[in-house]
Amino acid sequence: MNTNPTTTVMENDDDVAAPVLLSPLALTWRKFKRHRIAYISLYVVGLIYLMAIFGEFLTTSDIHKTSTRRAFAPPMGIHLFAPNEDGSSRFQLHAKGLKLEIDKVAMRRVFAEDEEKIIPLGFFVKGYEYKVLGLFSSNTHFFGPVNPRDTVFLMGADRLGRDIMSRIIIGTRVSMSIGLVGVIVSLFIGVTLGGISGFFGGWVDNLIQRLIEFIRSIPTIPLWMGLAAAIPLSWPPLKTYFVVTLIVSMIGWTSLAREVRGKFLSLRYEDFIIAARLDGLSNMEVIRKHMVPSFSSHIIASLTLAVPLMILAETSLSFLGVGLQPPVVSWGTLLKEAQNVRTIIEAPWLLIAPATMIVVAVLALNFLGDGLRDAADPHAH
Amino acid sequence: MQPTPMPTDSMAPDIAKAEGLPLLEIAGLKTQFFTDDGIVKAVNGVDLSIYSNRTLCVLGESGCGKSILARSILRIVDAPGRITDGSIVYRAADGRTVDLAAARHGSRELRSIRGNDIAMIFQEPMSSLGPITRIGKQITETILLHQKISKAEARETAIELLDKVGIPKPTERFEAYPFELSGGMRQRAMIAMALSCRPRLLIADEPTTALDVTTQAQILDLIDELKEELEMGVMLITHDLGVVAEVAEDVAVMYMGKVVEKSDVYSIFENPQHPYTRALLESVPRIGVTKRDRLPAIRGMVPHPLATPSGCSFRTRCDSYMPSVCDKHQPALVEHEGSQVACFLHSRETADD
Amino acid sequence: MMGFCLRRILYMIPTLFLVSIVTFVIIQLPPGDYLDSLAADMGESGSDNTAVIETLRQQYGLGQPMYVQYYKWMKGILLYGNFGISFEKNVLVTDLIWDRLGWTFGISILTLLFIWITALPIGIYSAVRKYSFGDYTATFFGFIGLAVPNFLLALLMMYISFKYFGQSVGGLVSPEYIGEPWTYAKFIDLLKHIWMPIVVVGTSGAAALIRIMRANLLDELYRPYVATARAKGMSEFQLLMKYPVRVALNPFISTIGWILPSLVSGEIIVAVVMNLPTTGPLLLRALLVQDMYLAGSLILIVSLLTVIGTLISDLLLAWIDPRIRYQ
Ligand SMILES: Nc1ncnc2c1ncn2[C@@H]1O[C@H](COP(=O)(O)OP(=O)(O)OP(=O)(O)O)[C@@H](O)[C@H]1O
Ligand code: SF4
Ligand SMILES: [Mg+2]
Repeated sequence: MNTNPTTTVMENDDDVAAPVLLSPLALTWRKFKRHRIAYISLYVVGLIYLMAIFGEFLTTSDIHKTSTRRAFAPPMGIHLFAPNEDGSSRFQLHAKGLKLEIDKVAMRRVFAEDEEKIIPLGFFVKGYEYKVLGLFSSNTHFFGPVNPRDTVFLMGADRLGRDIMSRIIIGTRVSMSIGLVGVIVSLFIGVTLGGISGFFGGWVDNLIQRLIEFIRSIPTIPLWMGLAAAIPLSWPPLKTYFVVTLIVSMIGWTSLAREVRGKFLSLRYEDFIIAARLDGLSNMEVIRKHMVPSFSSHIIASLTLAVPLMILAETSLSFLGVGLQPPVVSWGTLLKEAQNVRTIIEAPWLLIAPATMIVVAVLALNFLGDGLRDAADPHAH
Repeated sequence: MQPTPMPTDSMAPDIAKAEGLPLLEIAGLKTQFFTDDGIVKAVNGVDLSIYSNRTLCVLGESGCGKSILARSILRIVDAPGRITDGSIVYRAADGRTVDLAAARHGSRELRSIRGNDIAMIFQEPMSSLGPITRIGKQITETILLHQKISKAEARETAIELLDKVGIPKPTERFEAYPFELSGGMRQRAMIAMALSCRPRLLIADEPTTALDVTTQAQILDLIDELKEELEMGVMLITHDLGVVAEVAEDVAVMYMGKVVEKSDVYSIFENPQHPYTRALLESVPRIGVTKRDRLPAIRGMVPHPLATPSGCSFRTRCDSYMPSVCDKHQPALVEHEGSQVACFLHSRETADD
Repeated sequence: MMGFCLRRILYMIPTLFLVSIVTFVIIQLPPGDYLDSLAADMGESGSDNTAVIETLRQQYGLGQPMYVQYYKWMKGILLYGNFGISFEKNVLVTDLIWDRLGWTFGISILTLLFIWITALPIGIYSAVRKYSFGDYTATFFGFIGLAVPNFLLALLMMYISFKYFGQSVGGLVSPEYIGEPWTYAKFIDLLKHIWMPIVVVGTSGAAALIRIMRANLLDELYRPYVATARAKGMSEFQLLMKYPVRVALNPFISTIGWILPSLVSGEIIVAVVMNLPTTGPLLLRALLVQDMYLAGSLILIVSLLTVIGTLISDLLLAWIDPRIRYQ
């Protein structure tokens, strides 16, 4: 109980702790970080793109190096301790060589580990020559056989005895970049058409909406198959790559355009936009200065969610043999090797290794996009 | 002040008949929202009684916890909100008392009281009706839920009700969807729905805010009429003093989750005691007082709900603020000149927990 | 309602026109035409079929301006139901496709049912028990379902069932029933096979729909009208089903609009992997050998049927949701 006479000086009213107000961006980031899986996925996606850029450094062997004797070689395990001559053992990362045996029952060749032949493995080893970023040469590899003449198949070998792991790593470049380039293309189309549609409304809007409806209402795979199959086999890989990217980017833009349009429509009558117009800003200025910033976070989220769609599209087309063609290495063309059950039974790694990679990449991108969308949406629960 | 937990289901039929016992008795009620940023104390120790055939107006600025108080009574506060303390004792027609605050979530007991004994009219007439269910169905549904009558009978009752609340062509409207009705009509339908089981207590959360003045008056009259007819207790939430003057018998003034003054309607208007009540009354234009050209608004802003001031929560805006008194302890709600007030101007009794 | 139907049907016409144009472009895309290679083939084998080839050339307007070719093609389809000829197999396209289209759409529709039956309860559960163990499990499998492309799942399932259950995979019936008349045993055998493509094609759609249903329902669960229903004294299950679920169901049903096309797409690619007697393998083969009238007709009809399916779903939606109907 306080009964003291009130003699003290009037205190400042501001002694009530005001809660810290965060900027929208900081709020978004904080919300994003709370989405743990999305946060982890950010790093996974980052790593995958690094892998796409510095692929050769991570490979253990040249992806074009064939070896008929090693056709369908199974994945080799990595062993830690190698026996010395005297029977004791020392620490030495190594794989065991393979030898061919004949399975008397099934009457076919099988690979068996050759206990005698030890392939020492190490970090930062010398191997085949490659160019970093297409600029300077190097022959250092992150991990691989110490002796450049040895080959090691950590994820097995394909029909021509090429190393699957190295091929998957190099394939990352094409597959992941198709997603990225495709998204940029669809961003361009989507934002332009969606913006026009939402900003001007009226018959322009109507026309564009019909177009979007059209694209969404037809099954895409047969259509792409048709378009992709028309690419002449004689075209150079780069040209094919760009056309496939274009075809693939046809999926992403419709949803993006819808989102942009919806935003524009709802923003058109917002007070601050009307105020900006009354201030005499031109249409373009209103769009650029006021509308685009107010929904860029949504767009980033939608874009992130479109990347995996395009990766999957490329993979599907290449798998069917109507998209990218060998010798281009992408996850899709790798899976093409695993097209029938017979092969998969013989060499399951042909399916499992690239499939895992695709699933991991797509999952990470989906989680990331989901987290971004949640974080960007102030009304999410 | 510690709330006294009431025993649930205590049978006391003789008390029931006794006049003057409150229909609903809220004691020490606290409802808090456990948000990511901290705990929002939306209702922070409220004591109130509601009597049959009387209208209690709950008054206060936006965000002071009126709606949450109302929802707490029906136990329909959405997560992350929760009643953390206190009791809400409802005295049923047969004299049984039930502590609603302690009833199990979604229990049969609670459900049999909701809509049947205690009904509520919500703040947003536009979105408080199911959007794709016909009006008639939404009303008969309530009736069928609580009464053992046939569908045809329920339909008749519902059409009667629609007629009674002043909806023209009730038979046609019975088949209408909410989006086909105007705001006023929807609010009337809402009222019809709330009254469909002849509740003993009606909670109306700003039933007229969204409506034009004429409709507003009609709806208030309607509630008043029905109160007389059904001998209902009414808890009417509003921040419109005009409404208070018109329909209230009792008034409770809330500020930041607390009742700061409660009294009968005459005392509030003639002899307001709490500085906040006074400020509220002064901010209203009055007929006859024409000399003032500007109305004094209440100084400052309501503090952020997460930044409750220490001591008296009104001190940041109070003209009679007494340093090192008002900021040290919370004033208790005590009897003063026929009202109950929580302010150190009138009593130095504290209510710190 | 009548007006609404008519308007939707009218809207469909430009869509169909666009579909036919796009298909026609696809037919025209490969350089040269099939008759050239046919002529070359015939020339090699020594037989002289210049007359035959010339008739074909006339009939399809090959070598004439694009719009003439388009006109002739469309005229054949609209007036005589003649989709052209499969150059590779040298039979009418119509003789090849209907069976396969039937299976494609049969499987797609069954898959749609499968998706709804699984996604609806799981989505509702996920929303109501947000952040529960069940919700996390559903979310996890949902993401996996979205991340695994159809054909990969098909390969994996074939691999697993072959390796661990020794079951012959691929096809819709066991080899011994192919070409046999329908019997009870054949039907049972069909059921034993058909579930796999349904599950494979349906997984990603189900995953997507679970997420959509969950999000829609979460949007509705905290609306004022739910509190109203609760204040009436309805039980949680009752009010859930009568109000928020009913409202959330509408966007759910409207997903047919895009789910049907994606199912048809998925079915086509899965059919290639699983070697089903449906449109997929036929289309792929036709595209690879540039048997363009066959490929074009398949694309055209598949798109057309999908557009009609979407139309039906729109009408269904208007029938269920009064707000759309009264617009
Ligand atoms: N879901 C919620 N999560 C967090 N805080 C909430 C939630 N709902 C209400 N509150 C808080 O509870 C307090 C009281 O809200 P309430 O809705 O009862 O105000 P009110 O007095 O009815 O205002 P109004 O006159 O605007 O209707 C507010 O400060 C608000 O911030
Ligand atoms: S207790 Fe002090 S600060 Fe609070 S209302 Fe009374 S005089 Fe004002
Ligand atoms: Mg309120």
